[in-house]
Amino acid sequence: MPYKLTVNGQSKTVDVPPDMPLLWVLRDVLNMKGTKFGCGIGQCGACTVHIGGQARRACQTQISAVNAPVMTIEGLSPDGSHPLQKAWLELDVPQCGYCQAGQLMSASALLARTPKPTDADIDQAMTGNVCRCGTYLRIREAIHLAANGGRKA
Amino acid sequence: MQTTTKQLNRRSFIKVSALAGGGIVIGLYTDPGLFAQERGAGAAVPATPINPNTYIKVHPDNTFTIMAKNPETGQGIRNSLPMIVADEFDIDWKQVKIEQADRDDKYGRDMGAPNVSQREGGSTATPQNYQPMRNVGATARAMMLAAAAKRWNVPAAELATGSGIVTHTPTKRTATYASLAETALTMPVPDLASVKLKDPKDFKIMGKDIRGVDNFKIVTGQPSFSIDVNPPGMLFAAYEKCPVFGGKVVSANIEDIKKLPGVKHVFIVEASPVRPAPAPGAPPVPNVNWASGVAIVADNWWLANNARKSLKIVWDEGPVASQSTAGYLSQAKQLAATQASQTPPGGGNRSAMDGDVEAAFKTAAKIVEADYSFPLLSHAPLEPMNSTAHYKDGKLEIWSPSQTPEKFNAAIPAGIQNGDVTFHLVRAGGGFGRRLYNEYDIEVSKIARLVTEERAKGGLPSVPVKLLWTREDDMHHDDYRPSGNHYFKAALDASGKLVAFRDYVASHGATSVIPANEFPRGHVANFWVSEGQITPYGIPTGALRAPGTNGVSFVMQSFMDEIARASGKDNLEFQLDLLKNPTSPVPAFTEVSFGAPFNAKRAISVIETVRDMSDWKNRRDKLPKGTGLGFAFQFAHSGYVAYVAEVAVTAEKKLKVNKVWSAIDIGRQIVNPLHATNLVQGGFIEAMSHMMAWEITIDHGRVVQANFNQYQPTRMKNAPASIEVKFIQTNYNPTGLGEPSLPPAVPAIANAIYAATGIRIRSLPLGSQGYTWV
Repeated sequence: MPYKLTVNGQSKTVDVPPDMPLLWVLRDVLNMKGTKFGCGIGQCGACTVHIGGQARRACQTQISAVNAPVMTIEGLSPDGSHPLQKAWLELDVPQCGYCQAGQLMSASALLARTPKPTDADIDQAMTGNVCRCGTYLRIREAIHLAANGGRKA
Repeated sequence: MQTTTKQLNRRSFIKVSALAGGGIVIGLYTDPGLFAQERGAGAAVPATPINPNTYIKVHPDNTFTIMAKNPETGQGIRNSLPMIVADEFDIDWKQVKIEQADRDDKYGRDMGAPNVSQREGGSTATPQNYQPMRNVGATARAMMLAAAAKRWNVPAAELATGSGIVTHTPTKRTATYASLAETALTMPVPDLASVKLKDPKDFKIMGKDIRGVDNFKIVTGQPSFSIDVNPPGMLFAAYEKCPVFGGKVVSANIEDIKKLPGVKHVFIVEASPVRPAPAPGAPPVPNVNWASGVAIVADNWWLANNARKSLKIVWDEGPVASQSTAGYLSQAKQLAATQASQTPPGGGNRSAMDGDVEAAFKTAAKIVEADYSFPLLSHAPLEPMNSTAHYKDGKLEIWSPSQTPEKFNAAIPAGIQNGDVTFHLVRAGGGFGRRLYNEYDIEVSKIARLVTEERAKGGLPSVPVKLLWTREDDMHHDDYRPSGNHYFKAALDASGKLVAFRDYVASHGATSVIPANEFPRGHVANFWVSEGQITPYGIPTGALRAPGTNGVSFVMQSFMDEIARASGKDNLEFQLDLLKNPTSPVPAFTEVSFGAPFNAKRAISVIETVRDMSDWKNRRDKLPKGTGLGFAFQFAHSGYVAYVAEVAVTAEKKLKVNKVWSAIDIGRQIVNPLHATNLVQGGFIEAMSHMMAWEITIDHGRVVQANFNQYQPTRMKNAPASIEVKFIQTNYNPTGLGEPSLPPAVPAIANAIYAATGIRIRSLPLGSQGYTWV
């Protein structure tokens, strides 16, 4: 059945089953490939998006339950200029890079509510996002860098 | 098209040709026949090269495209091989665009080829490609110099290069490479012997921090990975296989499934015959078993995968259904009890004997004995297995995340010839060895042909098909790191000197790991490693990052800590002492490369460095109760890595890795230090997953664990505050870094736990022994 949703500020209508997860609506119906599939059970965080400004797992969110605007990695900034994206580039965070969209969405939700996070804040907010390559030290440093206006502490 | 060709040596050629739309293409050709001959096939060597692979395109605007030939899975090779070319060509990195090469035999033939090839595995890309890539770049530069010398009628010795520009030093005249390209095309390719390579101190790109070429796409969510490949009209496939290894479909309710929403095609796919062992020179065969199952193809992947819930399949589970982890363990114990002290059969690299361990045990002042084990592991790269294929008019196009991209993996299941396959290499969301095994390429190629044929019957055009596995599919159908059971016995003399070392290994299958040539061999007079096979064993096993040493380092380096403590000595100093006193003659090491044997001097150097970095003695003696310092080192995939880890353990077995120091020797050149450091830190953090939580167990021939909730990777809150990385640059050829950083991290943590608590960790993972991360 048809569902209306707002994704990155644009209104979209999709005709899909009510229990179809937002992840697959984004990836296969709207052809927005930035949001990633990692586990399908909300364990890895690769599919993290913002719904109404909150970090949510798109694989665990049925389309019928989406009741607020959605922001995906494609909408984090128009041109890669979000302070976190710049920090990720500056510190060369990615190895394989597959988890990084989800990491950035969790980190941006963190900074939106806690502009100057401590290491403990970061651990708390980011622990649902698995990086199989183990780039955690750089992710932690990049969040601090972005929070610090791009200046190294 | 105008071309010039030059033979560099017996089987390598440089070829230069014009580029459509202006500019030139510079290619290197290395004859694949070389590999066949070295493999004993005696294949005919073509007299002339036909199509050299492309490495450099010189564009009219004086920008340059450099081909990245190897698969990128996060190890950074898409940066590092082009960096080598660009540096020797003497252009600026900002002038470079990177283009991913398709699979082509011109880049090296099949899997296991001992020379330049297109594979990601074994930390081989840097050692195999460092020199050839330098040659390509330097030859191209020499041609630009020759073209400028001709144009200005000046000696080449008066010319200098930089930023893709040739300068005539006395007159300050300049010419861009682009403006010289047409002239270069008319010049003979210089002799490689006359081509001057840069002095490494003049490198402008290598050794500098160069950021990942795909980073911007990654942080902005642009399609980058195999799972993102999205050709027009694509359908999506899910594939249900028997949970028991080797099981087959007897029947399935295909017609019911076809009626489900969005489902377009449903097929029972037969298993291939058991794969034959390739005879020398025989055509290659897929390196994985091709499991029988049911393929469901639908409008989107969620619908295809959802339809699996309605499947009713009758399986023939086969003989593996009677096997279990508990059974393997009891078999290992029986083997050890009956075989450990028997003279090992035969020689070869699966068993080793120096001196007489039994005699040494009889006269020893002290005996140390311990049983160690480590479990099966799944690779679990974050991007689930997938591949996309389009079968059309007897040809197949495939987009694959494989670490071993091979056309035969597509051609054999599609029933066509290798020449009818176009094979695109797509960035993979992690490899770790998982994508050395290409079941998904095989499955999607078979399914793509079935889809095209069924559509043709209905008058419909062919479409591409993306096969995507679930996380559970991968955890249940991986090629697992083999488990190992090690039964150690060592002897010390009255002075505390190690005089005998024995390891009996109960393992399984061709990928089991027998540490026949590991340290302390050569540094102890009596040494004996032997093995027994647990059989039958139907679980597919394979290489996980640092195959061999990823388990062996844990058991050997932990047991060395036990031996050192039994002798009353500090483990780090005890091992240094052993390394400095070889018991058998060691080869003289000068210029060595990948595959060279263990060099104790390089081990000593990384150990002494990490000792000093971590302030080992002071720190060890000043730590509070419940905090310990652990040391381990490993020679792995030609690299030398030593770790010191500081670990705190509470009485409730809550564990925290506080700080880590590492010293590494992989030769004279770190191509990209920024990424290299990332790889080392990642290797340590992966080891923490092995340490705490990763274990695959078998029950009734099936894998018990299904997803990350039962197979927890290390998470942000577990990560140490710091992992210091120091590369020691030594005068040896550069070797790879993907593998070496992982293995010694595990025993470094285990030895730190002992230092903190007095509890010896002899099996993994810790999670099954009551430990958790803080």
